[in-house]
Amino acid sequence: MNIPSNIVTLIVGIVVTLLSLWYGQNHGLLPVAASSEAVQIDELFNFMMTVSTGLFLLIEGILIYSVIKFRRPKGDTTDGSPIEGNVPLEILWTAIPTVIVLILAIYSFEVYNAMGGLDPMAAHDMGPHTVARAESNSKENLIAFDPDRKQVALGLGVSPETKEGENQLVINVNGIQYAWIFTYPESGIVSGDMHIPVGRPVKLNITAGDVLHAFWLPEFRLKQDAVPGREVQLTFTPNRVGQYPIICAELCGAYHGGMKSQLYVQTEEEYQQWLQQNTLAQSDVESTLAANAASSSDSEFLAPLAAEIGVEADTIAQLHALHHHPLNAEL
Amino acid sequence: MSTSAEKIVTSTHDGQKAEHKQRKWQDYFTFNTDHKVIGIQYLVTAFLFYFVGGALAEVMRTELATPEPDLVQPEFYNQIMTMHGTIMLFLWIIPAGAAFANFLIPLMIGAEDMAFPRLNAVAYWMFPIGGILLMSSFFVGPAQAGWTSYPPLSLVASKWGQEIWILSILILGTSTILGSINFITTILKMRMPDMDIHSMPLFCWSMLATSGLILLGTPVLAAALILLSFDLIAGTSFFNPAGGGDPIVYQHMFWFYSHPAVYIMVLPFFGIISEVLPVHARKPIFGYRAIAYSSLAIAFLGLIVWAHHMFTSGTPGWLRMFFMATTMVIAVPTGIKVFSWTATIWGGKINLNSAMLFGVGFISLFLIGGLSGIMVASVPFDIHVHDTYFVVAHFHYVLFGGSVLALFAGIYHWFPKMTGRMLNETWGRIHFALTYIGFNLTFLPMHQLGIQGMNRRVALYDAQFQSVNMICTIGSYILAVSTLPFVVNVLWSVFKGEKAGRNPWRALTLEWQTSSPPAIENFEEEPVLWAGPYEYGVDTEMIDEDSSIEEMLAEVSAEAK
Repeated sequence: MNIPSNIVTLIVGIVVTLLSLWYGQNHGLLPVAASSEAVQIDELFNFMMTVSTGLFLLIEGILIYSVIKFRRPKGDTTDGSPIEGNVPLEILWTAIPTVIVLILAIYSFEVYNAMGGLDPMAAHDMGPHTVARAESNSKENLIAFDPDRKQVALGLGVSPETKEGENQLVINVNGIQYAWIFTYPESGIVSGDMHIPVGRPVKLNITAGDVLHAFWLPEFRLKQDAVPGREVQLTFTPNRVGQYPIICAELCGAYHGGMKSQLYVQTEEEYQQWLQQNTLAQSDVESTLAANAASSSDSEFLAPLAAEIGVEADTIAQLHALHHHPLNAEL
Repeated sequence: MSTSAEKIVTSTHDGQKAEHKQRKWQDYFTFNTDHKVIGIQYLVTAFLFYFVGGALAEVMRTELATPEPDLVQPEFYNQIMTMHGTIMLFLWIIPAGAAFANFLIPLMIGAEDMAFPRLNAVAYWMFPIGGILLMSSFFVGPAQAGWTSYPPLSLVASKWGQEIWILSILILGTSTILGSINFITTILKMRMPDMDIHSMPLFCWSMLATSGLILLGTPVLAAALILLSFDLIAGTSFFNPAGGGDPIVYQHMFWFYSHPAVYIMVLPFFGIISEVLPVHARKPIFGYRAIAYSSLAIAFLGLIVWAHHMFTSGTPGWLRMFFMATTMVIAVPTGIKVFSWTATIWGGKINLNSAMLFGVGFISLFLIGGLSGIMVASVPFDIHVHDTYFVVAHFHYVLFGGSVLALFAGIYHWFPKMTGRMLNETWGRIHFALTYIGFNLTFLPMHQLGIQGMNRRVALYDAQFQSVNMICTIGSYILAVSTLPFVVNVLWSVFKGEKAGRNPWRALTLEWQTSSPPAIENFEEEPVLWAGPYEYGVDTEMIDEDSSIEEMLAEVSAEAK
């Protein structure tokens, strides 16, 4: 084959490499990363972007060069050189993708492990449970994860080599057409937005009340389908204060595009303040939710009131007034 | 095969006459068993559905020009989105692949027709029936759960539209099974005696791989859809969690077919590219066996990667890792193909006509789809971009930038053989330029949209994405306009185009040995296998004769007259 002289090849190789390395770090495509795992995923993406840019420039460059350089002159009816293959070259370009995907697979495995994807409590699927759709919004179903029953869920668990397993804030997430409902078993709060303190590990138990939904936090690079009848766990630690969108990413009906909510990552003080405001506002409903939580004295105190409550619409109406975030749900 | 032997004799006899029988235009509207008629029928019908699916896409893009759902109701948006996907996959790309396979396979292997001509005609006629049935769902409100039709949503929205969707896919699936039985039998049993399996054109290899996938995958989809249908109309609970069913099982069964379906949609066009590039680059295909076997490797691997569509679904961690590994391995045979095609062009004598423009355009765009495919195979990154516009961009680069561009390359390449007339080159180049610009303008920005947080299948979206969406919408209009020069070119050239002759490209595969359009029963005299399918440049060197091919063909045609 008519391979150009070595010095040109070398220069082209260096330029392609430098361009790939530069673009891999400076593509500017990713939104802000709000957890340490998200940063790791971004680094993985930057690596893939670097390799992809290199391959892209190489192949597109050869194509453009070929259609300019190897054009048939007018009137020339001869053929090109009859090269039917080149075994060393073919071995080379079989080996290159093999090595690339091998490195990429191992790298991805490491990142996935760091995200807690291989946590045995999260990595096994015990199959679905029967739920009647009519009852799926009842509060019993919202308390998803019960260690005593040894149920383990799908999703992302505790990252190894971190302290994510300690002092977790557990939040039960229920997806319904077209809203997310967040229940805090610790405090009994039921909310249409999610408030979490920065730096504290959060464990979400995700399920759905009607059809499939997917719980997506773009700034945390986390997504997990919410499946009716299954409990799925998602563990992460926010490290950046801010307001982030919560998006439904699985087609769930006509207003799927409107099924959005907000995640507020707050400082500890702000979070405690929010907690208090909402605990006061919801003290009349919390008793049914907080049976096993720290506020057991409160719940004992409020137990007699429990029978009088249970209307979902009231709860939602309160939330509406509190947060000025209209829920699209027709509850 | 005694009948076919007799036919050879009669056709040889007919070949001595000055005129051979031609197809009448009426034949194309009847239950005709000629593989060439069926091929054209498939192609024209597929194009009609392509325009319907494209029109739906333009409605979607117009809706998405603004963040609010202002043009159509969100429910109707989901319906046309579902229909767009279903039409483009089941009524456009898959039948278009079958069109080329029907027209080309018997010609390429020197046979008179397919192994089972009547079955072939039945397979074709199920396609418009299934298509019209699907269209009829517009009268009752079409399915709106996406082309994936995941339960429970598919069980609670548009009940009768969903049921029609299921029935139509069952009909179309059966049609592809019948077709692939025919392709496999024809390729394995009806090659001319001199042609062993390693001297048949690469398009036949790719159809062998495709047909195998159809036979293994489609029955599983049919099972899933029949069970879904029971859930829908008989109140069973196979997939309905309200009655103890499991929606994840449906996803496994659906993707067990539908991931291989991606290869069913792209492998035939890999084959087309392997035919088009050597002819117009005047160079043998680089690495014949590597390309042939990589088609089989892709088909095999394609069967064990389906759960990568379910990384964020109910898939345990270890299973995610397994499917990530198998998915990434597909990059190896696919990479071999891309490198081999690139090496085929390198050092050739390229005639950059419309067919070649689309062929090179195919490599350049499919490359992007392949690279983003490796990215979404990586579980941590896929968790972020799954069900976003990044994935929409990815599969459009594979299926439009890949399959459809290769399809147009095939049309510009074989139109002279199909009709006996050349397409206009200038309009072909305009068609390519508009398609290429419009396509990239529509789909390249979608990568960014997805990474930054725009989910797919939405009629309303966050206002921050409006400007990029506007670019996509403008691109989609250019893409719509790009079909006009093509349609005009085809309609004009069919009647008024320059006469093509037997072999306008001086190509070596067997279909160019017969007249254009080929006679009924294909070859006037028994075809001679005097060169391998890609032996360009070999004769020139050995015999030192520039126009040996043309002279030999002239001799053949002189004999025919």
